[in-house]
Amino acid sequence: MWNKRKEEEYPPKQASVPPAAANQAKENTPMSTAPAISHHSPETRGPAVIGKSVMIKGQIFSREDLTIDGEVDGAVELQEHRLTVGPHGKLQAGVKAREIVVLGTIHGNVEASDKIDIRKDAKLVGDIKTARIVIEDGAYFKGSIDIARPEIGKPAPAPQKQQTSAPASVANAAAASAPSSPSEVKR
Amino acid sequence: MLRDRWGTQTGSPSLYSPERSSAPATQPQTRTSNGLDQFFGSIRDQSNLSILDFAGASQANVSFITTLGHRIFSNDILHTLDEAFGGEGDFVANQGDRHRADFFLRESLDFPERSFDGALVWDTLQFLAPPLLQETVDRLYQILRPQSALLAFFHAEEKANQVPLYNYRIVESKTLSLTPRGQRKPAQYFNNRSLEKLFQKFHSVKFFLTRDHLREVIVRR
Repeated sequence: MWNKRKEEEYPPKQASVPPAAANQAKENTPMSTAPAISHHSPETRGPAVIGKSVMIKGQIFSREDLTIDGEVDGAVELQEHRLTVGPHGKLQAGVKAREIVVLGTIHGNVEASDKIDIRKDAKLVGDIKTARIVIEDGAYFKGSIDIARPEIGKPAPAPQKQQTSAPASVANAAAASAPSSPSEVKR
Repeated sequence: MLRDRWGTQTGSPSLYSPERSSAPATQPQTRTSNGLDQFFGSIRDQSNLSILDFAGASQANVSFITTLGHRIFSNDILHTLDEAFGGEGDFVANQGDRHRADFFLRESLDFPERSFDGALVWDTLQFLAPPLLQETVDRLYQILRPQSALLAFFHAEEKANQVPLYNYRIVESKTLSLTPRGQRKPAQYFNNRSLEKLFQKFHSVKFFLTRDHLREVIVRR
């Protein structure tokens, strides 16, 4: 809103310069060949997000970190990445990820190769298998906890870098429509 | 039957006293528990056991039990009690409703037979009315393996109208941290005789009567 108003009130000066003159000025100005910084570059954007008004029935496979604040009925698999279930998130699903942070609700069995973090006011009903677990006071949990001890000499799985440049804002749509995107939904 | 009476409480001397019931504490308090010590003594030098914990989600209990190499099944049974028998009507009278009672048993004790090697029941049994109480104890008998231990606490003050509720957190094998979570009227008063009768199917019952009017009971399957 603020940016839009500013643009309307103060139109850019280049608009008044004839296109030919503008091109000439550009050619004479030394420029960097480095790529312009994008708001959606992998370094700057956050994890893919399934917003709180989104409901998915099916399976989600992701090759990047994912935040779910909507509803998922099915299965969620991130293998080497981090899943965050936001405060509005409701999962009726089996979940597998490297790291799982729960602020919302999960009904289903949960497996984390590294760590599960169940925050205050979160609700998890299902069996947990993980290497490490953190349960905040005020969380509700019902189920069994199996601590999988890492094998001697085998290092704990390291977090992977973001692999995609798909903008977070379109992740909802990408999750449902583009099978080549890192977050994939199968029905 | 093996019966012991120890005055062993070393924390606050009146955690369960009627005086405290009228003005419940809000801060966590620690107490020594010989019952807990006996419970973990019975599973010492073993690993890969399955332990049922009715205290609900707790970092302390999960860490303590899994560090010993065991698997924990956690359930906040007071929460399930409220779900089943709370709302309209009297909490104790509602336990006579078959539909509600079945919901409670299904939500809290629906496991295959001989699933567990130990059960930390804490003080939850004293809030169950007689018909449902016996059903619950019979169900516990079924889901526990032979030789396994069950730890339960019962308020020993006959005239207490309300007893404090706590979140039980294991500090170490002989020490508990108790975080207050309100008060509730016990469904009935238990003495040693009534407890022996309640657990008559089990192999043995051992009592620790503490100075703060609490019976710690170790029951052997």
